[in-house]
Amino acid sequence: MKLWEKYHLARTADEALALLSNYSGEAQIVAGGTDLLIDLQQPEKAHQRPKALIDVTCAADMNTIQLEDGIFTVGAAVTHAAVVKSALLERYATCLVESCGVVGGPQVRNVGTLGGNVAHALPAGDGTTSLVALDAQALVGWGDGRREWLPITALFKGAGVSALDSHRDLLIAFRFNACKAGEGCAFKRIMRPQGVALPILGCAVWIALESDNETIRDARICLAPVSQTPTRAADTEAALRGQPANAETIERAVAVAHKTLHPRTSKYRATGEYRREMIGTLLRGALPRAFERAATGQAKAEGVGA
Amino acid sequence: MSEIRLIVNGVEHVLDVPESRTLAEVLRYDLKLTGTKIGCNEAECGICTVHVDGTPVNSCIYPVFRAEGRRITTIEGLANGSLHPLQREFIAHSAVQCGFCTPGLIMTAAALLEENPDPDEHDIKVALKDTYCRCTGYTSVINAIRSAASVKRGEEPLPPNEPEVSEPLKHISVSEPVQDIEDRVTGRAKYTDDYVFDGMLFGRTLRARYPHARILRIDTSRAKALPGVRAVLTADDVPGENVHGLVYLDWDVLCKDKVRYMGDAVAIVAADTQEIADQAVELIEVDYEPLPVVADPVYARTPDAPLVHEGREAGNLLKHIKVRHGDIDKGFAEADVIIERTYHTPTTEHAFLEPECAIGVPAGYDSEHDKLTVYVGSQIPYQDRNQIARAMGVPDEAVRVKGVLIGGGFGGKEDIAGQIHVAMLANATGKPVKMLYSRSESLLFHPKRHATVIRIKTGAKRDGTLTAVEAELYGDGGAYASLSDKVMTRATTHATGPYHVPNAKIDCYAMYTNNPPSGAFRGFGVTQSAFAVEQNMDLVAEALGIDPVEFRLKNAQRVGVATATGQVLRESVGLIESIEKVNADMRAGDFKWSWRDGGYAYGWGIACAYKNTGLGGGAPDRSDAEVEAFEDGTVEVRTSSADMGQGLIAVLAQIAAEELGLPYKKVRVLLSDTDKTPNGGPTTASRQTFMSGNAVRYAAGSLRALLSKVAAEELDTPPDRLRFEEGLIRENGHSIGFDQVVRLAKGQGLATKILHEYYGPKTQPLGTGGDMHFAFSYATQAALVSVELSTGVVRVHRIISATDIGRAINPLLVQGQIEGGIVMAMGNCLSESYIVEEGVPWTRYLARYKMPSIKHTPEIKSYLVEHRSSDGPYGAKGVGEIPSINTSPAICNAIYNAVGVRVYSIPVDQDALYRAMQRGDREVFTAWHDVK
Repeated sequence: MKLWEKYHLARTADEALALLSNYSGEAQIVAGGTDLLIDLQQPEKAHQRPKALIDVTCAADMNTIQLEDGIFTVGAAVTHAAVVKSALLERYATCLVESCGVVGGPQVRNVGTLGGNVAHALPAGDGTTSLVALDAQALVGWGDGRREWLPITALFKGAGVSALDSHRDLLIAFRFNACKAGEGCAFKRIMRPQGVALPILGCAVWIALESDNETIRDARICLAPVSQTPTRAADTEAALRGQPANAETIERAVAVAHKTLHPRTSKYRATGEYRREMIGTLLRGALPRAFERAATGQAKAEGVGA
Repeated sequence: MSEIRLIVNGVEHVLDVPESRTLAEVLRYDLKLTGTKIGCNEAECGICTVHVDGTPVNSCIYPVFRAEGRRITTIEGLANGSLHPLQREFIAHSAVQCGFCTPGLIMTAAALLEENPDPDEHDIKVALKDTYCRCTGYTSVINAIRSAASVKRGEEPLPPNEPEVSEPLKHISVSEPVQDIEDRVTGRAKYTDDYVFDGMLFGRTLRARYPHARILRIDTSRAKALPGVRAVLTADDVPGENVHGLVYLDWDVLCKDKVRYMGDAVAIVAADTQEIADQAVELIEVDYEPLPVVADPVYARTPDAPLVHEGREAGNLLKHIKVRHGDIDKGFAEADVIIERTYHTPTTEHAFLEPECAIGVPAGYDSEHDKLTVYVGSQIPYQDRNQIARAMGVPDEAVRVKGVLIGGGFGGKEDIAGQIHVAMLANATGKPVKMLYSRSESLLFHPKRHATVIRIKTGAKRDGTLTAVEAELYGDGGAYASLSDKVMTRATTHATGPYHVPNAKIDCYAMYTNNPPSGAFRGFGVTQSAFAVEQNMDLVAEALGIDPVEFRLKNAQRVGVATATGQVLRESVGLIESIEKVNADMRAGDFKWSWRDGGYAYGWGIACAYKNTGLGGGAPDRSDAEVEAFEDGTVEVRTSSADMGQGLIAVLAQIAAEELGLPYKKVRVLLSDTDKTPNGGPTTASRQTFMSGNAVRYAAGSLRALLSKVAAEELDTPPDRLRFEEGLIRENGHSIGFDQVVRLAKGQGLATKILHEYYGPKTQPLGTGGDMHFAFSYATQAALVSVELSTGVVRVHRIISATDIGRAINPLLVQGQIEGGIVMAMGNCLSESYIVEEGVPWTRYLARYKMPSIKHTPEIKSYLVEHRSSDGPYGAKGVGEIPSINTSPAICNAIYNAVGVRVYSIPVDQDALYRAMQRGDREVFTAWHDVK
C-alpha cells in the first residue's frame, strides 16, 4: 500500500515550512511516525493520504535540549529516548522524563518525538500531560510565515484535534522553566492491561514550596484524560496553595479533585467511576514525590521503561 | 523511484526505490534480507527490529528515506564469522521455537548488551518490553540473554535450566537441538513470505462489508480495467465445488449469495504489484442487502434469531453435545453442598506472529513444479490438499502442498486461509501468485477460540466426595463450523475436570453466529470448561471447609476410576503426583494462602487439568512415516506432520536415532510435503509426539530388523545378538559400519526405505462408553498473584506447575511448551479479548489485542511427571495443550484468596475488580468489554 509518494528530509525547521508551503497543503509533517504511519494505513483514512511527507527528525534546530538562564528549550523533534537520557531534564524537569519513559517500548521511544506526542493532541498524551504541568510554551511556525510562542494548552482544540494543521504548520520547540530550589515535579499513570494501548489516567504535578520547605507556595496539576483536551486541575491546585505539604493536604486536594473533575467512561478503556477513584490514587502517589523533590532538591526519575 | 544510499551490515548499497518504502520493505523485498520479519506493520510487536546507527527501531514503520546514508544492522549482519553469543545462547537455552520473532528478540537484546554488559532481569524486561514472542513464554529468552551477556564479558555461559527426567536413554529424554535451529537465529530460515518466484504476482482478497448480508450484485469491471491487474475472480470462477471445511463442508471459497461474517471473501485479485492488487480490490463494486445480525450464541438458539445458514434443519444449532453418566438426580440428592455458578470466557486470538501467507505456483511453471503447487505454513498439509483439489475440481494427486516453516500456529493454521485462492489465481494467470495477509486481515479472518457461557453445578458430600456435576455450555461457533464440533465436544467431555465424578449431565450447544468463526486453539475447548470447573471446585471446598488441595487429592482421577464418558482409566494417570509436587513446592517455607504487604494483597491459587492426546471419539487416528537409510550412513525421516515451533523435528530425529543406534546428527527430517512425505495427519490434539513418533519408531524398528539380517550374515552371528550403537552394528568385539550395512543391503537389491502406517489405539464415539481417548495428560498449577489495593492491578509473580506427559522425549522442548503455554494462558486470563460488536470486530489491530509481553513473565517452576503411557513412544503422551488449560482458574482462585472477590468472567478486569473491592462485593461478572 502506497501511503505517500514523495519523502523529504528537512534539515531545518525553515526548510520544512518551505516544503510544506511548496506543496500547498498536499504534504504533511512526519516526525517519528509511530502514530502517523499507522493512521495512514487505515482504510477509512485512504483519501487523506498526503502526496508527500516532510520528515523533521533530522532538522538540526529541532533536535536540541538546552538549559539557559533557568529555561529549558526542547526541540519538537527530540525523541522520547533522548528526553529520558537527559540528565538535566531528569534533575530539573523530572516529570517529563517520567512521562516520556513510559511511552511504548524502547523501539518506539527511539523514534517517537515529544513534538509528535503534542501534535497528536490526544487528551492523555504522556509527554503532553507533563508539559502542561510544567506550564510549557510551544514555538509554532505558521504556514503564513509567522513564528510565535503560545501556551501549550492553546494547541488543543478537541480530542485529537490540534490548532496546528500538520499540512501547513510546524511545531518547532517547547520551553519551560527548570525546577528551581524548592520546586519539584512528578508523573504517574495507570495503564489498563487489556485492550487499546492508551493510559486510563495520567497525572503530572509541579510543586513550589515556600522557603520554609513545608508550605506549598504554588502547584500545577494536569490529570488526563478528564476532558477532551489536556487541562489543568485549577480547583485542586488551589486546594494545595498555602497549605502544608503533608498527607492531610493531599486528602483535601483529592476530595476537591473528586468533586470538581468528572472523567468520562471510555469504552474499552475505563469506567468514569474507576477513573475518578484513580485520580485519588495518582495524586496520593505523585504529590509526595513532588514534595520530596522540592524539599530535597534531589530527583531521580522513577518507573522509566515500566 | 529515487536513489538512496544505505550501509547495510557494512556493505554500501545504492538503490532506486519508491519513496514510499519502509526500511523493512527495502530490506526484505529489495535487498532480499528476509531475516527481518514483519509481524504487524504498526510498531506493536517489535519483531522487525533492526539497528539504525546502533539504535534499535521498528523497521516496519521506519520510512527508508529517513535512513539515507545510515548504517543498518540486521540479523544477517550480527554473526561475524561465527555466531554472536546471543545466537549461540538462544540455541543453548532453547529460547527459539517457531523462530519468527527470534531475529527481533535477538536484535533488541543485542542493542541492550551494547549498552549494558551485565543486565539483570529487570533491565532485560525493560529493553524487550515491546518485542513479542508468542511461543516461549520468555523465561528461556531471559536466561539466554543473561548467558550471552556472560559470554560477551568473557565469562562462562550459564547452564540451561534442564528439568529433571527419569531413566534417560541414549537420545530419548535428552535435550537435542532442532536440526535447522541455526537458521532460525541467523535469519536464514525461510517462511512463506520469504519465497520469491520469477514473474510472481501479488494477490489480495475483497472481504465482506457487513457481518450478515445478501449479495445483490458484484461488478469487477473497473478492477479488471486497472493496468497491472492480471485476474479478478469471484464465486462464478471457482472451477470445482465452491466450499471447504475441516469437519463440515459449509464455508464458501468465495461468497456468491450472501456473506456471514466480516472476514468472508467475496472476490480475489492478482496483480503485478501488491500496491496494484490493493488498489484493484477497492475498485470492485458490491451491492449488499444487510440482514439482521446474530451476535451471540445464546440468542442464536432462540426461535426469533435469523438463520446464519438457511436451509439447515437444526437452524443455528451447529451441534448439541451430550454427556450422560450415572444418575444425576441421585448424585445431587446425595450431596451436602451444591454450588451453581455461571462463567463467561471471551473470544481470543492466536496472534501467531507470522500472518497467513500462501503462494500458488501453476502446473508446468518449471521442472520443480509439474503440478499445481501451494506453498504454505500449514498444520494440516493433506487436508489443505484435499480442500484445494475439491475447489479446483481436480483429483487430490493433481495438487501438491509444500509446507514451509510456520511462524506460530497454536491451532490457528488448521483452516484454509489463502491456499485455495492462490491456487485459483495461479491457474487463472499461469503465474505464481503470493497472498500475504496484513495483520488486520489476519485478525479479521481466521477462526478464534470460542467464547463460551458455562453454567456449572457441582455437588459434594460433607467428607469432600464429589457426587455430581451438571453443566450447560454455549459456544460461539461463529459463521462457519471449522472445528466447532470437535472443540466443543472436548469442552463438554472434560467438564467434570480431572476428577472421579460418578454422576454427570452435561449439555453443550455449539451455535452458528455472524461473528468470526471459532476453531482450534491450544486447549481445544478444555481451556474454557476448566475455567468454570476449577473455580467451582474451590467454591465447593470453601463451602465444605476443606483445603482445596486436599479436596482435589480426594477426588483426583487415578487408575481404576471411570471418566464421565465411561472410560475406565487403566494406566498413566499422574494427577496425584502432580498435585503433590506442586503442593510440596507451594507449601515449602512459611506458607499462607493469602497475606497483605505494603498496599498489595497476595494470594495463592491452585487448579488441575487433563487433556486428551489424539483425536479420539472413534475417529480413526493414523499417522504415516517413512524412514530411509542412505549409503553415507545417514537416515531421512519423512512425514507430513507440522513443526510450528514445538520441536517435532527434534522429537522424530531422536526417535529414529535411538531405534537405529545412530549419532543424532546422522538423522534428517523432512516434513509437510504432500508429494514427498506420507500423511502424518493433522498437527492438533497434542498428538504428534504420540502418533508420528510411533510411526517413526515402528518404521525405524522395521528398518533395523532389515539391516540386522544383512549385518548378521556379514558378521556371521544371530541377528538378535546385534547392538546398534553410534553408527556401528556390533557383536562381541566385531563391528560393521551402519553405512556399510546399508550399502550391502542395497547391493542385495533390498530397499532400505520403510513406510509405517501407524494406527493409534482404537477409540469409541461419545455416548457409547469405553475408551473415548487413548491417553490423557494431567497437570496441576499453583499461581501466586498480587492485587494492588489502590488500583486493582493484578500481577502474577510465580507459577508452579507439574505436568504428567508420560515421558519427556526432549526435556527442554517440553519445558518450552509448558512455559509458553502458561504465559499464553496468562494472556487468556488477564488481558486478551477479541472484541466484536454486532458482528463487527473492534479488535482490528494488534494494538487492540494485548498479549503478555516479557514484562509479565512470572517466575515459572515446572516439574515433569512421567507416568508412562504403554502405547506412547517410550511412554510419551501429549504436551502441547495441557499447560494452557489450568492457568486461568489458578490465577482467579488466587485472586479470590487474595482479596475475596471471585471473578466469573475473563479477562480479569482491574476496573471492575477494584470497584468490587471498594464496594465489598464478593463477585465480579463484568468483563471489560461489558463496560458500556
